[in-house]
Order: sequence, then C-alpha cells, then structure tokens
Amino acid sequence: MAKLNMVEAINLALREEMERDDRIVVLGEDVGKEGGVFRVTDGLQAKFGKDRVIDTPLAETGIVGTAFGMAVYGLRPIAEIQFEGFIFPCLDQINNHIGRIRNRSRGRFTCPLVIRSPYGGGIHAPEHHSDSPEAILAHIPGIKVVIPSTPYEAKGLLISSIRDPDPVIFFEPKRIYRAIREEVPEGEYSIPLGKARLVQEGKDVTVIAWGAMVREALNAAEQLKADKIDVEVIDLRTISPIDSETIAASIRKTGRGVIVHEAAKTCGLGAEIIALINEKALLSLQAPIERVTGFDIPVPLPKTEHYYLPNPKRIALAVKKVMSF
Amino acid sequence: MIPKEKLMEMYEKMVRIRRFEEKAVELFLKGALPGFLHSSIGQEAVSVGACAALREDDYMISTHRGHGDIIAKGARVDLMMAELFAKKTGYCKGKGGSMHIADLDLGILGATGIVGAGLPIINGAALACQLKGTDQVSLCFFGDGASNTGSFHEALNMASIWNLPVIFVCQNNLYAESTPQWVHQKIQDISVRAQGYGIPGVSVDGNNVLTVYRATSEAVERARGKGGPTLIECKTYRWLGHYVGDPGTAYRTKEEVEQWKSRDPVKQYRANLLANGVCEEKDLDAIDRRLEREIEEAVEFARNSPDPDPEDALQDVYIGEYIP
Repeated sequence: MAKLNMVEAINLALREEMERDDRIVVLGEDVGKEGGVFRVTDGLQAKFGKDRVIDTPLAETGIVGTAFGMAVYGLRPIAEIQFEGFIFPCLDQINNHIGRIRNRSRGRFTCPLVIRSPYGGGIHAPEHHSDSPEAILAHIPGIKVVIPSTPYEAKGLLISSIRDPDPVIFFEPKRIYRAIREEVPEGEYSIPLGKARLVQEGKDVTVIAWGAMVREALNAAEQLKADKIDVEVIDLRTISPIDSETIAASIRKTGRGVIVHEAAKTCGLGAEIIALINEKALLSLQAPIERVTGFDIPVPLPKTEHYYLPNPKRIALAVKKVMSF
Repeated sequence: MIPKEKLMEMYEKMVRIRRFEEKAVELFLKGALPGFLHSSIGQEAVSVGACAALREDDYMISTHRGHGDIIAKGARVDLMMAELFAKKTGYCKGKGGSMHIADLDLGILGATGIVGAGLPIINGAALACQLKGTDQVSLCFFGDGASNTGSFHEALNMASIWNLPVIFVCQNNLYAESTPQWVHQKIQDISVRAQGYGIPGVSVDGNNVLTVYRATSEAVERARGKGGPTLIECKTYRWLGHYVGDPGTAYRTKEEVEQWKSRDPVKQYRANLLANGVCEEKDLDAIDRRLEREIEEAVEFARNSPDPDPEDALQDVYIGEYIP
C-alpha cells in the first residue's frame, strides 16, 4: 500500500470520486492548469478536462455562489478557497443561502457541495493565511464542518463529505499537508461524518483536539507518560455536527478533560464542548475542563507564532493542572 | 515640462524598488525571510509614475505585491526590510510581514493579502477628505485579478456617484496569480469598465514611467478640482512568479517573459534620460551606487534588530492592556 502525505491523499480521493461520479466538478483559483497553490488538484484538469476542473477568476463570492447554484441543480461541485482567510467574503453565500436552502425549500432542495480550504497556522505565513475560522462556520445552521488530522483520515473524510447530501466545509490543516506520511489504500473507504475517533485510550484525562492539534496532543500524551499520567486522545474529525456522545463517554470514564484548538479562545469551539460536557457528564467531572488555545489576537508572524500555537508543553501543563485540581 | 529634479527622483525610486526587490528575493531564497514574498520586479514604472503624481499628504493603498508601491510613496527601506525579517523594528513590529506594510504618516494605508480589499477602503479615505473639505486625493493600486471582484465594481460605482477624489490604478500584469487575463475576463482593456460607471478610463503603457506619470497627473488634477474619480489601466508584467518559489513557467512561455524583460522599465527610463540629455551616465551610476549601499545598510539594520518578544503578540489588539 502506498504511503501518502495529506496532499496526495486528498488528490487521490478527488481523482477516484471524479472517476466514479461524473457530476463532480472542481472549481477555484489556479486549480486547473496550475494544480492549486498547494498542488492538491494537481493533474486533475489534464485527466478530466476543463469542463470538470474549472479555473475561475479571482472572486471568492462568485466561486462559492456558483457552486451553490450547481449543487441545487444536480451537480456535485467541489470549490477550493485558496486560503481560509479568503473565505470571509463568501460568508454571505454560506450563511444566507447555502446553509438555508434545505430549510427554505421545506426539504425539497439540497445543496451537496464541498468547499475545501487550506487552514490554520504553523507554516510561517502572514495574516489572512494562518487563521482557524472553524467555530465561525460551525455556528452556521445547515453547514457541516470537517477537519482531518492525517492523510488516511483526509481521504476517507473527503469521500464522505463529497457524498454527503448537505454542504460541507472541509478545512485542510496546511501545517501537516506534507508532515505526515502513512499508508492510504486505493479505492473507496469512508469515514462517517459526525463520528469522532478515539486515537489513544487512557484512563486519567481526556484530551480533545482536531486537525494539526491531534499530533500535538499525542506528543503531549507521550511526554506525560513520564509523570505516570495516562492520557486519552480524541480526534473530533467533524466539528459540526459534533460527536457529543464520544466526548461524554470519555469524560464519564476519565472525569477530566483538556480541549486544544488553534483558534482564538473567546467563542472558540472549546466553549461549546465544555457546555456539552456540562449537559451530558457534569456529575462525572473531577476538575474544571481546561482549554489550550490561541490567544484573542490576529495570528502573528513566525517570530511569535510558536507562542501563539498550542504545543505539547502547554498541553502537558494544562493536563497537570486538571490532574492536580 | 517635468523638472529635472522630478525626473531624477523617479529614476532613483525605480532603482530603489528594483534593488530592494532583488535583495528581498535573494534573502528569501536563502531562507533568511519568513512568510511569503510577492516580487514586483518589472512593475516599477507603474508604482513610481503613479505616486510621483501625488503629494506627500495624499493617500495611497496597495496590494499583496506592494513593496514597490510603498517605496514609491516614500516608505523607508530599512523599516521595510526589518518587517520582512519580522523584527521588532519593522513597520508593523514584525507582525505584518511583506503583505501588510503601512505608514499612515506618509499616507500609506497599507498593503493587504485580500485581493480587491483596497478599493472600497480608498473610497472611505477619499470621502473623509471630501467631508473634511481638504484637497487631498486618494489613489488605489490593484491588479487585473481584482478587477473581477465584487468590491471593484461596488467601489467604482460609489466613487462615481459621490464624485470622490480617487484614482484607481490597475497594475495589469496579465495574470491573476496563474490565470491569464484572457481566461479570467473577456475584455482586453480593463479601462473600458470605467464607462459602466460614467467615469473617465484610460489604458496606458505601464512600463513607461513618464506615460504613467502623465496619465496619473491628469487624473489627480481632475480629482483635486472636484472632477471625480478616474480609472487608469497600466499594462505591465511581473518578471517572476506569483510568489517567490513559483517559477511562473507552468502558465507563461519563456518567450513571453523574455519579450517583456527586453522592455525593462528601469533600463528604458535610464536610456530615455540619457538620450534627452537630462543627465550624464555618471550621475545615474552615482545614484545606483548610493542605492546599492542603502539597501545593504537596510539589510544590516534588519539583521541587527531584535526579534519581537513573545508578549508583543498580545499588544495592539485592543486599546489598553490585554491579558489572555
């Protein structure tokens, strides 16, 4: 079985799905001839032609609005937004139209589109190229939000996102685009949306993360072995809908939790997860849940990026804090 | 008749941009600069010709490919270089990087990583001047790619109905990132879009600094005289890829790049100055040598500057102290 990085795994998923389903059309800036700035759509236009891999003008609202119209009338568009910071002009289409068409048409029309976008920090990119806006998207009813953490996960989750009858925002953590190689099978397999992954079992404390933060959480768990702390790590995979059962079950077992996300703390997804735990597992809690997050600031340049991004050291400190409560 | 001093200043600024950009590319390829870098080599005549028509107290907003624009408006290369190095002494204290340099004292409202974002903003700057009753004008640089965004069309319409003192300067380098102009729009001359908004539009040779200067001066005069906005399209070319690291060869032919390089705006202007007897070769050589040193000193300044402290990341988000 081939060992692929995340870019290659996503490319493979797109290629296989496009072969299987000729309703799939990829569109975005530089996705065709250039193959995308991160080369995720490399070779797709050569294989499937210009009608199925469309180079668009530089106009994000136009790209996403077009994808919406295509999806309502029977196609399966996969739009690429080049960097997550460029998604903000599209929020009008996403919030005011894409997320509402099923509801607005009393369930008659669906909008089976995928918006893929590289997201998050850690590659020393400047502003507009390092944001983590997943909570903003997850706040919108009718939209699903998916964030893979490894190449294998990325392929399986993308296949499910493409086949899902609802609109999906698929955020690709660009920091680990090429950082991890693992075996990724050819042919179809899928990972269901809305189902978290128990990455590592542990009995003392639950660490909940997604995207690039899963690797940081695992590294922290490894370090904490020296302190005889047995860490359970959950990869959320789908931010919306959220798998509250898996989270609650783990907290009921460990009684302690730490949530890790790159996005700013205030109104971040960590707050929502804590509320869910309070609703479903309050009496199991041995300590208040800790959050390890970015700060409430614009994501800065590399000289201070390491200070902003959660790392194993900060995660381990938070774990020790909840253990010693 | 353009005074000699002005002609020489334009040459100096073009060479300053060229040297700065060459040095930045060299440093980036060596791994000395973090972030992303978008080089404007080849487009110097647009930046300099347009800004030369402005006063120091006029406003200007730039793009992700903005080094040349802000040097042309008078930005200091040492503070810029320090920003590229992400140092504490940089224009944005090392937080903005190549794409976000601003100097409000020089009327530079900044660059932006979001294509097309500058057009409505410049209208705001111009409306502020109009309401305050000053005679300042405001100039917005943007590319051919931005001319397809909604904000371009919204901004041109608003500028026209409010008769704003704005000059919209399109740096048409023929490619929106990797997408050729003929793929991303059906028109050849972006200036025709001015007609749709009832304002003057003109297309000029963007590799000829004097042509750009004259066209912009006319627009500035109109704007200052309460005659409203103008759209100027300057046809030019970026020699390098969309970003440093993009070879720019997958979507452009070698012949095309070479053909444009043979129309080097800096060399052409140098030849023009000599042919018209404005100055002698040794005068220009002296400017070249001085700028060579200036850029080296800027690099030294940047290298010797301190890194930001981690806590600096928490500064300047809100007024007052912020403790996470």
